[in-house]
Amino acid sequence: MKDTIQVTIIDREGKEHLLDAPTDMNMNIMEICKSYELPVEGTCGGMALCASCQVYLESDTQLPEQNDSELAMLDQAFHVRDNSRLGCQIRITEEIDGMVLRLAP
Amino acid sequence: MIETDIIIIGAGPVGLFTVFEAGLLKLRCHLIDSLPQPGGQLIEIYPKKPIYDIPGYPTVNAGELVDKLMEQCKVFKPSFTLGESATDLEETEDGKLIVTTIKGTKHKASIVMIAGGLGVFEPRKPPISNLEQYEDKGVEYIIRDPEFYKGKRIVVSGGGDSALDWSIYLVEKNIASELSLVHRRTSFRGHLDSVQKVMDMAAAGKINLITDAEVTGISGNGKLESVTINHATLGNIEKPTDHFVPLFGLTPSLGPIANWGLEIEKNAVKVDTFDYSTNRKGIYAIGDINTYPGKLKLILCGFHEGTLAVQSAFARIYPNKKNVLKYTTVNGVNGF
Repeated sequence: MKDTIQVTIIDREGKEHLLDAPTDMNMNIMEICKSYELPVEGTCGGMALCASCQVYLESDTQLPEQNDSELAMLDQAFHVRDNSRLGCQIRITEEIDGMVLRLAP
Repeated sequence: MIETDIIIIGAGPVGLFTVFEAGLLKLRCHLIDSLPQPGGQLIEIYPKKPIYDIPGYPTVNAGELVDKLMEQCKVFKPSFTLGESATDLEETEDGKLIVTTIKGTKHKASIVMIAGGLGVFEPRKPPISNLEQYEDKGVEYIIRDPEFYKGKRIVVSGGGDSALDWSIYLVEKNIASELSLVHRRTSFRGHLDSVQKVMDMAAAGKINLITDAEVTGISGNGKLESVTINHATLGNIEKPTDHFVPLFGLTPSLGPIANWGLEIEKNAVKVDTFDYSTNRKGIYAIGDINTYPGKLKLILCGFHEGTLAVQSAFARIYPNKKNVLKYTTVNGVNGF
C-alpha cells in the first residue's frame, strides 16, 4: 500500500498545486489543503456544516457516494455544480491518487 | 447597566469553564451569547455527537459536557444575556469597558474575555454583488413578522426546511399576494410532508415553483423591484417582486468584534500566549476565536487559556493584591 499519494489542487487564481498527502493520517482534502496553507477555511472543522471547503472534481476519479449531510450542505451552498464536493468529506486514500480538484469561489 | 468583574462574550464550553476558574479567584462573571441557550456550537451544531478528548471522559456527548460545565460553574452564580449578540465596545474614562448588545443591553466591567468560538451565526447570503444595497429595502434574510408581507409579491429562495415551511405558511395564511419559490435543483431535501405540500400547492397554482434556477441579480430604484432568475435551460427570467427572501441557513462569522480595534489574523484574534491578552487593555481572547503560533482549536486548550487569562485579569483588577494559586483539593470550592 502506498503511504503517500499526490493530488492536484487548482486554487482560485488558477494556479496548480501538486500536494503530497499521507494515506495513514486519517486526513481529508480540507485538512491537507489547510496543512499546505491553501486558502481553505474549513470553518466547521470537517462536519459538513459550512461548505467553506467546496471543491469541483475535475478528474475522472471514482469517489464514494456523497452522504446525506454533504448533500444537505451543498443544497444550501452557492456556486454549486454537478461536480461539487466538500473537501472535508473526501478521505485521503490510495484510490484518489492523481485526483484533480479546483477550489470553489 | 449590568455590572460585573468579567464580561465573557460567548457561553460555549470555554466561556463556562472560565466562570469556574474566575470564581476560584472570587471574580464574578456575566456571559453574553447570540444564541438563546448556553453551550455554543456544542448545543447549536452537534449536541448528540461524542467528544473523545476531554481528559477523564473516555467519551462524552457535547450536550452532556455543557450540562456538566453548567453544573460545575453554578456555585459562582454566573449571569447571562442570551439571544443577543455583542455589537459595541467602548471604554469609560476610568478605564472600564462597556459592552452593548444588538438589543441595547449594556454591561460594564474591568475585563472582557472574548470566548466567541466560531463567531456569530449569521444568515448565509447569496453571492449577488448589489445584494446589501437592498437589505431592509425588500431583501430580508429572516422572516420576523409574517404580517409584514401582507398583500406583497415575494420571491423565496432556498431548498431547505425554512424555505419550504415559510413558503407554505405565507400562502396558506393568504399573506402573500404571489409567492415564487426558487431552488437550484428539482428535488428538495426538507421534510417529506413539507416537500409534498409545496408540490401540491405548485400543481394547484398557489405557489410559483421555479426549480433548476437561481436568483442571480436584483434591481430597483431605491427599493427592490425585480429579481433576475437564471434558469438552467430557459436562461434569464426577470421577475417583478416586492420582496426577496433568501433562506440558506446560518453561517458563522467573526461579526462585530472585527471592528473593535483588535489585531486580527486569519479570521481570529491575535493574543499573547503569556496570558491570552489582545492588543487592547483589559480584553482577552480565549478558545477557538484566538490565534497564536502553535494554536490548536481544541476545547482542552481553551480551558487552559481561560485559566491563565483569569489570573492575569485578577492582577489587572487588583494590582496591589497578593494572589497565589490554590488547589481545590486543599481548599475546596467556596461559592458566592
